Amino acid sequence: MTVIDTATAQRGRGFAERLLLRTRNAAPFSVGLGIIWLAAMVFIAIFADVLRPYGITAMDLSSRLVGPGHPTHWLGTDELGRDVLSRLLQSIRISLVIAFGATILSAVFGTALGFAAAKFRGVVEHLVLALADFQAALPFLIMSLALLAFFGSSMWLLVCLMGFYGWERYARIARGLAISASAQGYASAVVQLGATPMRVYFRHILPNIASTLIVSMTLTFPEIILMESGLSFLGLGVQPPQSSLGNMVGFGREYLTTAPWIMLAPAMIIMLTTLSISLVGDWLRDKLDPTVR
Amino acid sequence: MINFVLSRLVRAIVTIFAVMTFAFVVLRLSGDPAQVMLGPDVPTSAIEAFRSRWGLDQPLWMQYLAYIRSILTGDFGTSMRDGMPAARLVLERIPSTLQLTVPALVLQLAIGIPAGVYAALHRQSATDRGVIFLSVLGFTVPSFVLGLLLVLVFAVTFAILPSGGYGSWQHAILPALTMSIGGIGILARFSRSAMIEVMGQPYVRTASAKGMAWRDVVWRHALPNAAVPIVTIVGFMVGSLIAGAVVVESIFSWPGIGRLLVVSVTNRDLPVVQCILLMIASAMVVSNLIVDLLYGWLDPRLRSQAAH
Repeated sequence: MTVIDTATAQRGRGFAERLLLRTRNAAPFSVGLGIIWLAAMVFIAIFADVLRPYGITAMDLSSRLVGPGHPTHWLGTDELGRDVLSRLLQSIRISLVIAFGATILSAVFGTALGFAAAKFRGVVEHLVLALADFQAALPFLIMSLALLAFFGSSMWLLVCLMGFYGWERYARIARGLAISASAQGYASAVVQLGATPMRVYFRHILPNIASTLIVSMTLTFPEIILMESGLSFLGLGVQPPQSSLGNMVGFGREYLTTAPWIMLAPAMIIMLTTLSISLVGDWLRDKLDPTVR
Repeated sequence: MINFVLSRLVRAIVTIFAVMTFAFVVLRLSGDPAQVMLGPDVPTSAIEAFRSRWGLDQPLWMQYLAYIRSILTGDFGTSMRDGMPAARLVLERIPSTLQLTVPALVLQLAIGIPAGVYAALHRQSATDRGVIFLSVLGFTVPSFVLGLLLVLVFAVTFAILPSGGYGSWQHAILPALTMSIGGIGILARFSRSAMIEVMGQPYVRTASAKGMAWRDVVWRHALPNAAVPIVTIVGFMVGSLIAGAVVVESIFSWPGIGRLLVVSVTNRDLPVVQCILLMIASAMVVSNLIVDLLYGWLDPRLRSQAAH
C-alpha cells in the first residue's frame, strides 16, 4: 500500500529522482552505495568474458609495466605486459564464484548438522558440538593451509574447503532455532498431521528461521572472500594462470615500489566489496533479524 | 564449580586429541612424503630406505600408535628437511612471534575497548559515527592489503620505517600495527554494542534514578556487566591473531611460527607442520579454556547451569 501511495505522491517528478528518493527512504546513503557497488560486482562476474578487453594471459611484451591511464591499457600492465584491467575483471569473477559457492555450501552443511542435532539430540548433538570445538581449536586459515598444501590446490578443493568456513555458526543458530520452533504450535500441528521429520524441518521450520540464516550468510560471505584472497596471496589458493584478487595482490607485491598499481587495483576491489557487504549486511540484519531487536 | 571446571577440562583434552588425530590422518594420507622429498628420479631402493628410516613402511595404525606415544613423551619427530628436532625448530620461533602478537593484543585491548565504550556512552554523536565507520573499515581491510599499504607509505614513500626483517624494535612497528587493526575494529564494535545493551538494563536506570553519580553508574554497574561478552570476543581474537601471524610474518619476512608454517607447508615437512598444528591447537584450547573459566567467574549464572 505504502509503495503505491508514495508513487502517486511523486508522480510529478522524474523517474531517477523518484528512485533516489525511494532508496533514500528505505536505506541510508552508505547502504545504497554498497548495493550499487555489489550489483556492479555481480554484473562484472557474470559478464567478465565480454567486458574484458584482452585475454588474461595475453602478453604485450612491448609495453610491460605500463602505468595506469595508458590509452590501450586503462589500468596499466604487469611485468609480462598483461592487461591489469582484464585480469582484474576475471579475478573478480573467480573470487566471487568461490565465495558464493562456499557460502551456499557452508550454509547448507551447517544448517543440516544443526537440524540433525536438534532432531536426534543425545549422541548426535554431542558429536556436532565436539566438531564445533575442534573447529574452534584450529584457526581456519591454518587448517586450510595444511590441507591445501598437502592435497595440492585445485579449484574444487578450494571451494569445498571454503565451504566448511563458518558452518558452526549456522549449525548453532539452526539447532537453537529448530529446538525452540519445534516447541511451537505450528510444528506440533504438522507432526500431528503425519508429516515426516524431513517435511517438518525443511518445509515448515526452515522458512521460519530463514531470515536469521540469510543474515549470517552476509557475515560469512566477506570473511570467505578475505580467507580465499589470503590463501591466494600466500600462493596456496587459486593457482596461475588463473587469477583471483588475492593472488593478484600477492604477485603485485613483488613490484610494490616500481609498479604499485598492479597491487592497488585488486586491493581496492577487495576492500570496497567486503566493506559494501558488511554495510548492506548490517542493514539487512536490522531489517530482518528479530533476535537483535 | 569443580564440576564446571572438570567438564571444561575434559572437553579441552578431547579437542586436543581430535586435532592430533586430524593432523596425523590428513598429513599421512595426502601423499607420499618420500617421493616428494627425494624427487621423481631416485632409485626405488633409496625410497625404500627413506621409508623405513621414517617408519613410513609400517601399517598406518602402527604409525599412529607410535606417533601418539612419541608425542606423549615430548618427541615431535625430526624435521625431514634439516634433521633438527621439529619441536626445537618450532620453539626457537615462538619468542619472535610473541614479540608481534603480544603488542598487537595490547594495542587491540587498549584502543578497541575504550573506543567502543566511549562511542556507546555518546551514542549518535559524531564520534560514535566515526568509531563505527573506522571499526567497519578496520575489519574489512585484509591484513595483507593493509600491510602492503603501510609498507608503501612508511617504508617506500617516507622511508622512516624498515619494510621487513627482524632485529630492532622499529622492525616490529609495522607488523604489529597490521596485526592489530582488524581486532581493534572488532573489539570496538563489540564493546559498543555490549555497552549499549547494558546501559538499557533496568538496574542501570535504577542506579541513575536513585541519584548515583554518572561515573559510578558506568564504572560499577555497567562496565562489569558488559565485560562478559567482551571477554568471549577477546578469547576468539587470540585465534585470529595466530592466523594473522601467518600472513603478516610472510609480508614482513618476520622469522616467527607463521613463516615457518608456510615454508614447511611448501616443503611438505610433515613433522614440523604437525608440531605447529598441535602447538597452535593447544594454545587455542588453553585460551578458550581460560575464557570459559573467566566467563564462569564473571557470570555466576553459568556456573550453576553447568553444574546441574
